[in-house]
Amino acid sequence: MAAVVVLAIAVYILYTIGTAIGNDRTGLGPHTGWLVVEKFLFNGLIFRGILLTLELTALAMLVGVVLGAILAVMRLSPNPVMSWVSWLYIWFFRGTPVLVQIFFWFNINLVLKSIDIGIPFTSLWLHGNTNKLIPPFMAALLGLGLNEAAYMAEIVRAGIISVEHGQTEAAQALGMDRGLVMRRIVLPQAMRVIIPPTGNETISMLKTTSLAFGAGVTELFTRQQQIATATYDVLELLIVASIWYLVMTSILTVGQYYIERHFGRGATRQLPPTPLQRFRRMLFTFHAGPPAPPELVPAGPAVPGSEHR
Amino acid sequence: MTSMPMVKAEAVHKNFGRLEVLRGIDLEVNPRDVMCMIGPSGSGKSTFLRCINHLEKIDAGRLSVDGELVGYRQRGDRIYELPDAEVCKKRAEIGMVFQHFNLFPHMTVLENLAEAPVRVKRESRAVAADRARRLLERVGLAEKVDAYPRQLSGGQQQRVAIARALAMQPKLMLFDEPTSALDPELVGEVLDVMRALAEDGMTMIVVTHEIGFAREVGDTLVFMDGGVIVEAGKPRDVLANPQQERTRSFLSKVL
Repeated sequence: MAAVVVLAIAVYILYTIGTAIGNDRTGLGPHTGWLVVEKFLFNGLIFRGILLTLELTALAMLVGVVLGAILAVMRLSPNPVMSWVSWLYIWFFRGTPVLVQIFFWFNINLVLKSIDIGIPFTSLWLHGNTNKLIPPFMAALLGLGLNEAAYMAEIVRAGIISVEHGQTEAAQALGMDRGLVMRRIVLPQAMRVIIPPTGNETISMLKTTSLAFGAGVTELFTRQQQIATATYDVLELLIVASIWYLVMTSILTVGQYYIERHFGRGATRQLPPTPLQRFRRMLFTFHAGPPAPPELVPAGPAVPGSEHR
Repeated sequence: MTSMPMVKAEAVHKNFGRLEVLRGIDLEVNPRDVMCMIGPSGSGKSTFLRCINHLEKIDAGRLSVDGELVGYRQRGDRIYELPDAEVCKKRAEIGMVFQHFNLFPHMTVLENLAEAPVRVKRESRAVAADRARRLLERVGLAEKVDAYPRQLSGGQQQRVAIARALAMQPKLMLFDEPTSALDPELVGEVLDVMRALAEDGMTMIVVTHEIGFAREVGDTLVFMDGGVIVEAGKPRDVLANPQQERTRSFLSKVL
C-alpha cells in the first residue's frame, strides 16, 4: 500500500515537471522543451565538455590514488615525522572546501610569479612561469587531485589495517622485505576493502569536476552553462548535462562491479556470478518451472523449511 | 665430529613493556635434531620461537643460528640491530610454520610456494614452480596446485604452509603450535608430514601440545614455564621421570 502511495507521488512530481518543461515559456506548442533537450543532447560542444570531464576525472583520481597510497603508507610508518606530515596533509586538505582549493591554485600566480624546482647547491634547476605551469585545467586538477588524495589516504589506510597481521609475519618469515610485503601481500588483499569506496570516490569525482567551472575549465557543466547563457534554455541544458552525468556514472558503477569481482578472488570458494551469468541462470530456472507448493509435499511432519531438503 | 649447533641461545631475555616473557633462556639445538617445546600457555615458548627469526626483538642475551647472530651484528663489545635487508636475508634461511597457517589467500597454492623463491631469491619462475610441484607431491597435495587456500581443509592448508616454508630450502624449520588450530581428525596428516621431514634430517624446533609426537619424533624435549626452561632432556626421560614438581603437575594435566 505504502509502495503505491510513494509511486503515485513520484509519478505526479515527474509528470508536473515534465509537462512544465514540455510547455516551456516560449508558447510554441507542447513538447518544445524536450525538443530542445534532444537538439543539444548530441551537440559537439557538449561532447567536447564530456571528454574534458572524463579527462579531469581520470587524472584527478590518478593523482588522488597514487598520492593517497603514499600518504597512507607514510601515516602507518614507524617514523613519527612521516606519519605526522601525512596527518597534517590530511587534516588540511580534508578540512577546507574543494572549491576554495581550486580557486587557490587558479589564483596562485597573484603571489607566486615563478616556480623553481631543483636540487639545492647544484645547477640542476627547472624554472617556470606560474601562469604557464598552472593554466585553468592544471588549477582544477591540482585542486581536485590533492583534495582527493586526503580522502584516498584514509581509504587506503583502512584497507591496509584490515589485512590480518599474520599475513605480514608469514611474508617476513619467508625473507620478504617491507616493500615486498606491502606490494605483494598486503596491498593486493587490502584492495578488497579499498575498491568499493574508491569506486564511490570516482563517481563522486565525476560530478565534482563540475566545480572546475570556477576555474573556467570548459568541461561538461561549463559547456552547458555557456550554451544556456546564449539560448536561455537553462533548464533544458541542465537536463542534457544530467543525462550525460547519469550515463557516465552508470558505466562506472558496472565497471566497479567487475573490478571488485577480480580482487575478490580467493576470498570466497566461488566467484559471484556476473550480471550476464545471473541473467542466464534466471532464464534457466524459468524453464525449470516453479517449485511445487509446500502443501503438495507428500507425507512427513510439516516442518518449516522442510521443502528445501 | 663436533659440529657447531644450529641454534644457540645464551641468556635470552624478552620483555613486553614491564612483563618479562623470557627470563634467561639457554639452549642448543644440533643440526638434524628435532627439539620439541612444551609448557602452559604464556610460558614464553612461542615468543622464544619468534625471537629465533627476529619476528620479535630480544632485550638481552645472544641468539645465533648457524653461527651467526640473528638480527644483530657484534662490533667489538657492542651489539647493533641490522637493517631490514640484512634481517630478511637471515630470515630467508629459516622456515616458519604458524598456528593459523597464514597462507596468502589471494594466491593459488602454487603461487604461495613460488612467491618468495622468485621475489626474494630471484629464482626463475620455472625453477621455483618445478620445486613447488615436487614439494606439493611430498606433502600429498599434488592435485591442489591451482586451488586457492580457502578451498582447502585446515590440514591441507597447514601442509601447504609447510611446503611453502620448505620452498626456500631452509636450514632450520620452526613450528609454532602447527596443529593447535586443526580439527582432531586432521592433526594426523600434518604430524605425518612433519615426521617425514624429521626423518629426512631437517633441523626442527616444534612448539606443540602433541606429547605423543614429542615422544616419538623429538630428540630433546624442553619444558618451559614462566619464561624459563624448567627441565630439558631426552623426551622419554622427561615424560616418564620428570625431575621438577612443575613439570610433573603440567604433565599430569595433559597426559
